[in-house]
Amino acid sequence: MPAPDGRIPSGAATSSRSRPPRWWLLLGRDRTAAAAATVLALVFLVALSGRLFLGDRAVRQDLRASLRPPSLDHGFSGLLGTDVLGRSVLARLVDAAGTTLSIAVPAVLCSLLIGSALGLWAGYHGGVRESVAMRVADVILSFPSLLIAVVVLYVFAPGAMNIVLILAVARIPVYLRTARAEAAELRSRLFVDAARTFGTPASAIIVRHLLPIALPTLLTVATLDFCFVMLTESSLSFLGIGIQPPEVSWGLMVAQGRQYLRTAWWIAVLPGLAIMLTTVSATVLAAWVRLATDPGQRWRLTLPRKRRGARAAVPPEMIA
Amino acid sequence: MKPTDLPSPGRPVLEVDGLRVDLHTPSGTVRAVDGVSFGVHKGRTLALLGESGCGKSMTALSIAGLLDPVAEVTGGSVRVSGTDVVRSSRAERRKLAGPVLSIVFQDALAALNPVQPVGRQLAEPFRIHRGLSRRRAAQRAVELMTRVGIPEPGLRARSYPHQFSGGMRQRLLIAMAVALDPDVLIADEPTTALDVTVQAQIMRLLRDLRTEREMALVLITHDLAVVARHADDVVVMYAGTVVETGPVRDVFSRPRHPYTKGLLDSVPEHAVRGRPLPAVPGSPPELSAVPSGCVFRARCPLAAERCARERPPLESVGVSRSAACHFSEEFDRV
Amino acid sequence: MSEPPGTPLLDVRGVTKSFGHGRRRLTAVDGVDIRVGRGETLGLVGESGCGKSTLARVVLGLERPDAGSVRFDGTDPFTLKGRDLLAWRRRVQMVFQDPFASLNARMCAGDLIGEPWRTHRDIVPTARERDRRVRELLSLVGLRESDAGRYPNEFSGGQRQRIGIARALALEPDLIVCDEPVSALDLSVQAQVLNVLSELRARLGVSYVFISHDLSVVRYISDRVAVMYLGKVIEHGRADDVFDRPLHPYTAALMSSAPRLDVSGEAPGEEIPLRGEIPSPYGIPSGCRFRTRCWKSEARCAETAPSAVTREPAPPTGRERHEGLCHFPLDG
Repeated sequence: MPAPDGRIPSGAATSSRSRPPRWWLLLGRDRTAAAAATVLALVFLVALSGRLFLGDRAVRQDLRASLRPPSLDHGFSGLLGTDVLGRSVLARLVDAAGTTLSIAVPAVLCSLLIGSALGLWAGYHGGVRESVAMRVADVILSFPSLLIAVVVLYVFAPGAMNIVLILAVARIPVYLRTARAEAAELRSRLFVDAARTFGTPASAIIVRHLLPIALPTLLTVATLDFCFVMLTESSLSFLGIGIQPPEVSWGLMVAQGRQYLRTAWWIAVLPGLAIMLTTVSATVLAAWVRLATDPGQRWRLTLPRKRRGARAAVPPEMIA
Repeated sequence: MKPTDLPSPGRPVLEVDGLRVDLHTPSGTVRAVDGVSFGVHKGRTLALLGESGCGKSMTALSIAGLLDPVAEVTGGSVRVSGTDVVRSSRAERRKLAGPVLSIVFQDALAALNPVQPVGRQLAEPFRIHRGLSRRRAAQRAVELMTRVGIPEPGLRARSYPHQFSGGMRQRLLIAMAVALDPDVLIADEPTTALDVTVQAQIMRLLRDLRTEREMALVLITHDLAVVARHADDVVVMYAGTVVETGPVRDVFSRPRHPYTKGLLDSVPEHAVRGRPLPAVPGSPPELSAVPSGCVFRARCPLAAERCARERPPLESVGVSRSAACHFSEEFDRV
Repeated sequence: MSEPPGTPLLDVRGVTKSFGHGRRRLTAVDGVDIRVGRGETLGLVGESGCGKSTLARVVLGLERPDAGSVRFDGTDPFTLKGRDLLAWRRRVQMVFQDPFASLNARMCAGDLIGEPWRTHRDIVPTARERDRRVRELLSLVGLRESDAGRYPNEFSGGQRQRIGIARALALEPDLIVCDEPVSALDLSVQAQVLNVLSELRARLGVSYVFISHDLSVVRYISDRVAVMYLGKVIEHGRADDVFDRPLHPYTAALMSSAPRLDVSGEAPGEEIPLRGEIPSPYGIPSGCRFRTRCWKSEARCAETAPSAVTREPAPPTGRERHEGLCHFPLDG
């Protein structure tokens, strides 16, 4: 069968392969992940804008309204009850959300950026650079982060900035190791070899090829790390060396409500619930993000939940 | 390797009839196998020949009952020694796996347990299906290793899969597959990942075992030359359907389907250096976009209007031969 | 060793490359000579562990040889730095084996083909020029202009390989090393890609080093061929000479093991059974490295490494000699 007109027979297929479905559609199909994403979105929204609607309700004291249980009788502010000083728990929850997130998010972003950059660079080059970076990570990891935080915050005054710094530094190794592992695996891939044959410099290879591929994993780690950082901040505040009054965070609210657990449970339990809800949603979303951002694993999201880890670890296009 | 010339009497030990398999993908359900039928007799080798997406591996997995969870059999039957494996329950299929039907995969390293010594893995079929004691099963395992040509089997039974070479691992897989004397052995691209000189050894081993144990050997491959040398009969598959069947010698010397002819022509073996190869234009279709009517018409030089309307049925075109083409009568090798 | 007429484009002499140290030292390439002339195709044949991929990487400058020299048009690329090295990189490119792994799945075809220009900005100074060139290259390999915006997962294996070829052409190289370019492709597509490669050779005069384990493909596309075993070139010569009348027992065994399409009904040619498997590259046999599997081996083969033997009668001057490393070469 001769080629028509001596032209190279067209390699174009009769039909193109289907594009992968858009991520919001994927999210919509998985109800659990969609719920988690909604919860998180709400939390962020509240954290960002809640203070605008609150006025001063979070700090307005009214000793006559002290320790009121949650009820519908006293308007919006009384919805979740009041604490010992008569302050609205709902308002304080909203305020605390802002504080908690304003610590957790910058800390995660800092460690994500620094750790990933160092890790990718070390992983790609290997050799001495890799060893040094790994040892640095080991040193940081060998100190129990909570203990270090306690010491540092006790010596220097506790404040939002110091907390963010401490948490950021303590978590750098997590990203460093992940990024290094990804880069070390990717550096021997064929398309990286190809880039080297054009004479592409190392920095360009890292940014152009390694970073986009490692990013989903790093973001998944960041989502999970977000939970850890939030809980650590809550623990520090609970211990009294985190957020100081008059500022408020969820952990601080739990601490302050501890002595009233028998009499006014809502002061401690509700912020605890808020912490739990946020971390669980972030964890669930992280699991979804891991599958959704990896084009090779995305097909698993179409299986019913209980079958996702199931036997056939073979995506459809590999069969036949 | 000389193909067996004597026809085998009696019913085929493996009979596939109108098999249909659907695949559930993120973008919908596609038909991966659409009405495939063929039969294999004991002591003969049948090759399922085709390119990617033709459905040959799916067919093999359906026969072996290994399809969950993304694919399911939606029609047809597969009879092995009389039992319809498609209609059987998982427990019944598990009983057949080994003593009646067995499969050898391409990737030996993935198919063997990396943390168990090979001797124990080889002994497992004997312990499960024949209830042999640990010592007896180990003895049988060593005998098997000797039979497939692994040197110093007594010693190497304690080694782990990664300590063997690719060829040796493939022999181990074959040993496991024939341990319980199955009636049907399916080999899915058994030599694709191996070196050429090792391929020859492995194919010879498969042939000898087939004759010795009177098995039916189903060879799944995309390599025309392997089919030519090692198979008795061939079923050519394209886009989930069968387009031609028959004895290898007849089909390859006088193909009756344009796809088979196209494949045979595009092999560089008889080509003249400097002249372009007569290549089949385009590529095998996506399973989600199989052309209406004849599945091959988008790439076929003989495609006519009729081909878009009617799918040509698989019809007899000679003794033990069939082809699915509207023009198989006029079609002849130039 | 005889040379093809004219100065060779690529001249590799005595190249050795090892990995690891101590007992775990692996000599992947051991004193290899190859030559490729302008517009010529050299086929490199061998099984796993023979060193052909390592040799390819040395030729491309991805690995530095431990011994020996590589000369490209007279220059040794390993002595170049900076701008000169970058300029040299334009002249040698590679088409990789795996069409799935050699393209970054997150870049579209246009970006993939144009990636080399991001490091060599002087070739296509403007975006317009760039787009024009991408379209040109796409049509050169038989793809559509509209394919420039598509991603690798939207193409078939054969199409991806065409993208890889287009990318290799982006810098207008003189020599392209093709590492098993069609092995991962469907049969009906292999022929298409081979045609693309042949057409490019005719149109652009580019030279190839064509690496493959598939003898029929190598024979079809190569002018000359070198057969490798465990790091050494054990036979080389014109393709027809080597394949019609192999000198070395390994070449003969390779050819008889490779199944052929002949179904004329005659008994297939005697299959030469080889003993055992390829020895581990960590423990290369003494003397002739093929002796552990060779049916002709004798005591002499274990004691001394064979030197080059030429197939008689020697061809007229100007034509490549047919040589092999064997104490007991096969008769023609």
